[in-house]
Amino acid sequence: MIDYLVEKEYRGLVDAYERVGGDRSALLNNDVASLVVHENKILSASEIEGVKLTGESQEHGIMAGLLIEEDCKVSRPIHLCFGILPQEGLQEIGLRVDVRRGAEVKVIAHCIFPNAVHIIHKMDAVINIEDNASFSYKETHYHGESGGIEVIPKAKVTLGEKALYENTFSLVEGCVGKLDFDFEVSSAARSVAEMILKVYGKKDDVIKIAERVNLNGDGARSLIKTRVVLRDRARAEVIGETYGNAPYARGHVDCIELINGEEAIGKAIPIVLVRNEKAKVTHEAAIGSIDRRQVETLMARGLDENEAVDVIVRGILR
Amino acid sequence: MLTVENLQLRLNGKLVIDDLTLQVNDGEILGVLGENGTGKTTVAYLIMGVNNYKPTGGRVIFEGEDIADLSVSQRAKKGISLAWQEPARIEGLRVRDYLKLSGSNFGIEQIERCLLMVGMEPSQYLDRDVDNTLSGGERKRIELASILAMRPKLAILDEPDSGIDIVSLPLILNGIVELNKQGSSVVLITHNEKVMEIVHRVSVMCAGKVVRTGVPAETSQWFKDNCRTCLHINVPADKDKSI
Repeated sequence: MIDYLVEKEYRGLVDAYERVGGDRSALLNNDVASLVVHENKILSASEIEGVKLTGESQEHGIMAGLLIEEDCKVSRPIHLCFGILPQEGLQEIGLRVDVRRGAEVKVIAHCIFPNAVHIIHKMDAVINIEDNASFSYKETHYHGESGGIEVIPKAKVTLGEKALYENTFSLVEGCVGKLDFDFEVSSAARSVAEMILKVYGKKDDVIKIAERVNLNGDGARSLIKTRVVLRDRARAEVIGETYGNAPYARGHVDCIELINGEEAIGKAIPIVLVRNEKAKVTHEAAIGSIDRRQVETLMARGLDENEAVDVIVRGILR
Repeated sequence: MLTVENLQLRLNGKLVIDDLTLQVNDGEILGVLGENGTGKTTVAYLIMGVNNYKPTGGRVIFEGEDIADLSVSQRAKKGISLAWQEPARIEGLRVRDYLKLSGSNFGIEQIERCLLMVGMEPSQYLDRDVDNTLSGGERKRIELASILAMRPKLAILDEPDSGIDIVSLPLILNGIVELNKQGSSVVLITHNEKVMEIVHRVSVMCAGKVVRTGVPAETSQWFKDNCRTCLHINVPADKDKSI
């Protein structure tokens, strides 16, 4: 009976995963490391040489660990899938990532809550990327249309010397619900951090985004790029902070919020602070309606106004 | 194909376009030549219906129909399109998709051909975005390629030659000739009389009016002799009684 239920949950989650763009074959391939978690159950886990994936079930979620061994270059992306299929639930993910010296890895994660009416999904991550290591993490969410979900991803990321960290978070399908995103990066010398976040707020979505980068090492570089589109009564507050604490540190905060509705509200708070005379941090933030010239350019190619707006929105969230 | 009759536009009390009459014949390239500030771009916007410009007088007739009340989309669907002097940058929209939405039935080979016609190597541009990572010249050539993909009955090209380097200019001009060969009539707006070698007729604009229309060589020379040193530039027509 238990096996039957697990199999049913696995099939349901993987079907949903595939519908939102996940690669089903990757989860079945023994050459690809993967982890599939439904509620607090680990439905499947696959390791490969140089990659250690651990998981332990908790009352309301799991504690997971991902370790990439020194100098291991993982040729194919690791696939993670977290989700809850019922309408209600609580999922708390504790994640510890260690990318050892010189290792290189890409992770593709999907978080799927297609039927959410009252769901809370929390992630607390500690990510440690050692010297000369590279970690690329791309997370895509699908929440269904009701908006009855609260998503609270938090992470503390530490970069060693010459380490590379790329994080892309995308929540553009279905309703956001409530999002409280909070990531902090501490960067050592000549490391590079690039965080891209794309969110499409609709109905009564409430979006709060806080991203901080501490450029602590000589020549450390960072980019925080945020793209938010808001319609209906959705609200967003985006705080992008970068601190230039070391010589030749370079950081940039780039936030665009497009407002496509009379009741939507967007707010951007870029904070840039430099503590070293040789560091430089810049920012740009733009909040406003969709550019009329862009719309008319597409209309002059024969698109209706709504089609033109849709192309522009899809572009900015791509 | 297009008749602009006694067109007038008054903006904030200032007469910007003054009793302007213009004719574009089927299959021709009409050059519209004028110094900066003479109203060339405003005429383009009035024909296309963009920038919230509505004529305060006169008519714009396309294939026998007054199009003054049509939206930009409706005008485009009737076969008119505009390439802006400063084309918009659209983040996340790939060149291949921009050209595809212009030529809705186009396959990749036809899209690549449009890029080649303006001297752009498809493998270098198809997956780039139509955003501010393109130089001004690249963006202009992609704008022309998108017009080539659309194959409108009437293409209004607003200063496609301005800001273009000496190597790219022949490619742009070649693209315009190709556009005309594939059946589009063209209104080519410029302040550079040297570009007039590819057009069939030229209309010269001054202070919101067409002041002369004729064959390219003679009319371009007239423009060079009279307009380069003209004091009417940027003087509203209703303020200058000598025009």
